[in-house]
Amino acid sequence: MRRDRPTGHPQAEHRMVGKLSGLLATTALAAALTLAAASLAAPGIARADDAPADAKPPADAKPYVVQNGRVDHHVFNGYRRYGDNCLRCHGPDGAGSSYAPALVDSLKHMTKEQFEDTVINGRQDVNTANQNVMPAFGLNPDVVENLDEIYGYLKARSDGVLGRGRPKKIGDDDDN
Amino acid sequence: MKPSKRLFAWAVLMSSAAGILGAGAAFANDQLEKMSQDPKQWVIPGGDYNSQRHTKLTQITTENAHKLHPVWTFSTGVLRGHEGGPLVVGDMMYVHTPFPNKVFALDLNNEGRIVWAYEPKQDPNVIPVMCCDTVNRGVAYGEGMIFLHQADTTLVALDAKTGKVAWSVKDDDPAKGATGTSAPLVVKDKVLVGVSGGEFGVQGHMTAYNIKDGSVAWRAYSEGPDDQLLFDPDKTMAMGKPVGKDSSLKTWEGDQWKIGGGATWGWISYDPKLNLVYYGSGNPSTWNPSQRPGDNKWSMTVFARDADTGMAKWVYQMTPHDEWDYDGINEMILADTKVHGKETKALVHFDRNGFAYVLDRTNGALLEANKFDPAVNWATKVDLSTGRPEVVAQYSTDHNGADHNTKGVCPAALGSKDEQPASFSPQTGLFYVPTNHVCMDYEPYKVTYTAGQPYVGATLSMFPPKGESHLGNFIAYDVNEGKIVWSDHETFSVWSGALTTATGVAFYGTLDGDLKAVDAKTGKLLYKFKTPSGIIGNVNAFEHNGKEYIAVLSGVGGWAGIGMAAGLTGDTDGLGAVGAYKSLSSYTQLGGVLTVFSVE
Repeated sequence: MRRDRPTGHPQAEHRMVGKLSGLLATTALAAALTLAAASLAAPGIARADDAPADAKPPADAKPYVVQNGRVDHHVFNGYRRYGDNCLRCHGPDGAGSSYAPALVDSLKHMTKEQFEDTVINGRQDVNTANQNVMPAFGLNPDVVENLDEIYGYLKARSDGVLGRGRPKKIGDDDDN
Repeated sequence: MKPSKRLFAWAVLMSSAAGILGAGAAFANDQLEKMSQDPKQWVIPGGDYNSQRHTKLTQITTENAHKLHPVWTFSTGVLRGHEGGPLVVGDMMYVHTPFPNKVFALDLNNEGRIVWAYEPKQDPNVIPVMCCDTVNRGVAYGEGMIFLHQADTTLVALDAKTGKVAWSVKDDDPAKGATGTSAPLVVKDKVLVGVSGGEFGVQGHMTAYNIKDGSVAWRAYSEGPDDQLLFDPDKTMAMGKPVGKDSSLKTWEGDQWKIGGGATWGWISYDPKLNLVYYGSGNPSTWNPSQRPGDNKWSMTVFARDADTGMAKWVYQMTPHDEWDYDGINEMILADTKVHGKETKALVHFDRNGFAYVLDRTNGALLEANKFDPAVNWATKVDLSTGRPEVVAQYSTDHNGADHNTKGVCPAALGSKDEQPASFSPQTGLFYVPTNHVCMDYEPYKVTYTAGQPYVGATLSMFPPKGESHLGNFIAYDVNEGKIVWSDHETFSVWSGALTTATGVAFYGTLDGDLKAVDAKTGKLLYKFKTPSGIIGNVNAFEHNGKEYIAVLSGVGGWAGIGMAAGLTGDTDGLGAVGAYKSLSSYTQLGGVLTVFSVE
């Protein structure tokens, strides 16, 4: 339990709930989402990252900070949370697997809103040829609370500014 | 021998608590055991109760293996990873598929005509709860029925002649992350089945159902209080001593054992004389070791249990407090063979953690634990007096702590060998082992448990050992000397179950799709054929109308399909752009096909 992190980041939670409300307004969402929002508002949820909630970047800004192939802590956290919840299907580094699409390709045409909607609500493509099911992660705090950062990481990969493997952090001299 | 064995079975039945079992049940054990000794059939997933995957058929030899060729094929119509292999019972072959878990009964007398097909209706929401593709490792046969363990954990008994459902039970709850991937095993009047879900925080268990009606005969958990473990604190042994009270509870913080993993998704073996079943348990949940202090017993453990009652006779934990996801579920091969020159009733287990364990299967005494891939570096050795591995601090993800990237650990999480079962040849006395030759960087971090959501807590990248470019080996291993005899390099992990023949041929499949026959003495390639897709299935043998056949499912996927489809990332230490990193998808594509070979 060393390096355990503090729980409860009211500001960050407020940010996420705001985002979820926005989605509610624009898409017909399942009850799961409402539950997710409710659970986020509940106190005492274990926080996944210790990143402070930064001020929002301008609308046309990239959703990630990558400098010379090195990343800030948001993108790095996105990399790790991707590894936790997404990698087993979507493959290492968003490169796809034998049964789930390469997200580095998907994010070339998918909007951020579509991405969020898919992650939170899941998606099914089950027919005679395919049995592809993306689960709903709306109840998973490790995903929902880190969704911006997971997206930022994958978008950086998709935009070609970040290579494969574990990203190096800006300002880190060693490779840990 | 036979009448006395039958008498013994009767005695057990009469004294069993259930006491409702009919005469047919007593015969079932004898019948299946006898059938498994008939090399013309393949009635148990592992070939026989010993899981030796060895055929006594003699038509295919080292001399004529070059004449092997495909004689018929069968498409399953399913795309995902095809693990396991077909059963052959009499004139029928039974072929299974990954989700949606179809079963086909093929008439070998009628050019493989489909006699019946079964496809369960399952909620597709189970698909993403499956850790690593929607694999299934095959069906079991017993007492005129085919037993299928579906993805949604339903165990269904089908009439082997008609496919009609006799009964069906739900083993666990996919909404909590429990799924079904393993092949059941029929033992006497029971059918045993394990559960998957170590990446979702299940409490792993092995369950025996009564063949008669699907009622539960016993259930044994991998972690928890003694009554859930089916442990007798005074009689259940570990390393020669009674385990004592609360042997599992004492090794977990609070009630973490309730989401402690220890899934039982591998293979099951059975020794009829000792009346013991053997299987292993998987990783403790989560993959972040800092989050679950203690030895996390009895994850990563070999279990020997009484087949009638489920009570544990002995246990041995291979990887206490796992820090690398080295599930202990690989097959337990029962072999009466020489160990250090002494004839031994051995249990031989090639573990994910890279050590080949040899135990006395009568009492669980640890006789030998040597590396079966020289790349293994996370531990220097296993102390045979304590049974514990001597972990190297540099590669200890617990020692280095959460949020630290522990680099260059060999093997990778998929192990020096995964579920793909090895073969034992009584003829050569050697074990033939399909292996992975892959290392990893592993970074654990804190995760939150949510029922039905991934509970992993580590990210990792995989690559070949330093300075090497091949990702797999097919090896011959000698437990008498505790060493590798020969090793054939493969471009990718060898993820196919092996087969040996009494005529000195060893078979396996490759991820890029080749079915290969090699000389069991030397490893020299005798024959290969590129099947329609990568092979993660097991090679089986049977005879029909006087002709010997070799059968294997191709259909790439599984965990191999995750790491390899995208290709592996190179380490930064100048590994270079060698062929091994080229994506597997440039070699092969999806699709399940059974290919059957013969030499005539």
